[in-house]
Amino acid sequence: METPIRPWLASTAAAVVVSLGLAAGPAGAQQQANTLDLIKQRGNLNCGVNTGLAGFAAPDSQGVWRGLDVDLCRAVAAALFGDATKVRYVPTTAQQRFTALQSGEVDILSRNTTWTLSRDTSLGLDFSGINFYDGQGFMVKRELGLKSAKELDGATVCVQPGTTTELNLTDWFRANNIRFTPVVIERLEEVNAAFFSGRCDALTTDVSGLASVRSTQGANAEQFVILPEVISKEPLGPAVRQGDPRWADLVRWAHFAMVEAEELGLTSANIDQHMQSANPSIQRFVGAAGELGQMLTVDAKWAYNIIKQVGNYGESFARNVTPLGIQRGPNELWTKGGLMYAPPMR
Amino acid sequence: MTPPPAEAATMGQASAAFVPAEERRPPSLSVGPIGWIRANLFNSWASTAVTLVLGYLIIRWTLGFLDWAVFNAVWSVPGTGQAVNTTACREMKGIGACWALIGEKYRFILFGLYPFDEQWRPAVCIAIFVGLYVVSAMRRFWRRELLFIWIAALTVIGILMWGGVFGLPYVEQERWGGLIITLILSTFGIALAFPLAIFVALGRRAHNLPAVKALCVVYIELIRGVPLISLLFMASVMFPLFLPEGMNIDKLLRAQIAIILFAAAYLAEVIRGGLQALPRGQYEAAEALGLSYWQKTGLIILPQALRMVIPPLVNTFIGMFKDTSLVLIIGIFDLLNAAKTSIIEPAWQGFGTEAYLAVAAIYFVFCFAMSKYSAGLETEFNRHRNR
Repeated sequence: METPIRPWLASTAAAVVVSLGLAAGPAGAQQQANTLDLIKQRGNLNCGVNTGLAGFAAPDSQGVWRGLDVDLCRAVAAALFGDATKVRYVPTTAQQRFTALQSGEVDILSRNTTWTLSRDTSLGLDFSGINFYDGQGFMVKRELGLKSAKELDGATVCVQPGTTTELNLTDWFRANNIRFTPVVIERLEEVNAAFFSGRCDALTTDVSGLASVRSTQGANAEQFVILPEVISKEPLGPAVRQGDPRWADLVRWAHFAMVEAEELGLTSANIDQHMQSANPSIQRFVGAAGELGQMLTVDAKWAYNIIKQVGNYGESFARNVTPLGIQRGPNELWTKGGLMYAPPMR
Repeated sequence: MTPPPAEAATMGQASAAFVPAEERRPPSLSVGPIGWIRANLFNSWASTAVTLVLGYLIIRWTLGFLDWAVFNAVWSVPGTGQAVNTTACREMKGIGACWALIGEKYRFILFGLYPFDEQWRPAVCIAIFVGLYVVSAMRRFWRRELLFIWIAALTVIGILMWGGVFGLPYVEQERWGGLIITLILSTFGIALAFPLAIFVALGRRAHNLPAVKALCVVYIELIRGVPLISLLFMASVMFPLFLPEGMNIDKLLRAQIAIILFAAAYLAEVIRGGLQALPRGQYEAAEALGLSYWQKTGLIILPQALRMVIPPLVNTFIGMFKDTSLVLIIGIFDLLNAAKTSIIEPAWQGFGTEAYLAVAAIYFVFCFAMSKYSAGLETEFNRHRNR
């Protein structure tokens, strides 16, 4: 009759795990000082992505991952191995994502994660760039004829509870001294359904979310407008474990390379023709001059590989995010009035 | 079997000698389908009213559903993959189903992220699993050899799913998905939880071993006291933090262990119910025969106790089969999660009903088969009571 002991042990172990977990918390984060070597040795990149978010990371009909966040992982793999396909995607849920990074299950978390001070400091991770600037906005029916969110006085607003979205909403309306009635609904589909069935005057969530909800309305999309006010900052970017600057540098510069390429006019289609370019910036970029690759401890043609296999930031955006009906907006290059800015690559 | 003409003639003569009175039939309104309808549907004013109202609602709903699912449905759309054009579906504005979604995504729903060109492998594995279920369900195969059949079949499934030998490319567990994940989690969950549950149930009734009994009680109460979702959560979020650096137990394995532990606690209580329902005389008679504890349990007690608890056992099995869909919270693409993911692409957003209906049909087939089989098993085992 010893057998029942084992399950008991298991449950005790589980209980111990829980109590330790509460005590240790995120401080139990493990640090790997040599992620770069580890990945090279392993031969593929472990990339934590969303379990499914249109435009950012979602498998297509053939099970191939596509999206803006996915392209970032492919870019890092292209820089490291010269092969953008050497990525193992680990779908992570909102709750699991930081554990997956802390425990070393993934090397990079590229999962539409908002960069905030508390996350950067207390979770044992480092954000290494912003690949999408998002923010909270409002969508209303066109027939209401509203031009600004400040005209929403007395409106009912559909919102999901328990997120920063709800807090931002209250803060903003209070700050602008406008009355409103929130309609709080737990599930995303139901919030959207409530809005489209006319239960509330306005729907609020991140602008990218609003645009994608609007695009699912097909021919009806014209009946809805997204108001110009963006009431919160949601900078989304990749994160890596804290304490490994070399690895964080590579991720950071893989993203910057995509932005820089767009600025230089290099695309996956034309980069081969620019290999002999006389422009010193392009020469450094494609690895014909300078030692940028060596400084990052990767191949000299690392940036060339990124652009050839993945494309520049604009291409990735057009391929993944534009079909959702989202404009470049703040994600436009700085030269065109946006926020996408890469430090000089030299 | 028409009689030859000669014989028929003699028979005709015989009947001419004695003509029995023609059998009188019962009134035609009280037998046959009409009689049944009168007795069961239009028995009284109240029953007539209920029948008419329900009949109206059922017919109306069925027609509405058929309109949506068949007559107005869009069966295919031009293009495929990224170049698909779903305008035809959008223009229906919900009055017709968009079955084109299933046509485009059925491979994703069934096999998840498994490499597209290798998807025949999980397909074969699903067939093997179904074959195993059928073989194990037949009583004439209930012998020791069945165990070897299972081991052999599971080895083949393992080779097919992982690959890496015989020229099959290696496929990591992260990429397994769809129906096969549901089958793996529930099959192993039930197959391993069942023996564990028997020991725990026996342990909980071992009054002469207080320590063992206490352990079993603690295990059952601890596991039953928390929802499955929190166990899965712990397995996926807490557990990895305490492993040494660089060591990762696979996510799927962690989920599988959590499911086994959870199912065992519930099954143990079901089995304990059977043990308690067995008359004390059976225990005493077995002891009087001089049987050891294990002989008594294996030959006398368990066969009778398990027979009594078939309905709640199957109830738990069916529940576990569907509970495996909770692994979606830890990012495993099981059948339900794959279906949910299939409608994320912008072109296909808004056609959730179709995807959910398709998945519901698959779940129903498996659960209904389990339920029918258990009903058959129950009648067969309880034949001695229905003399």
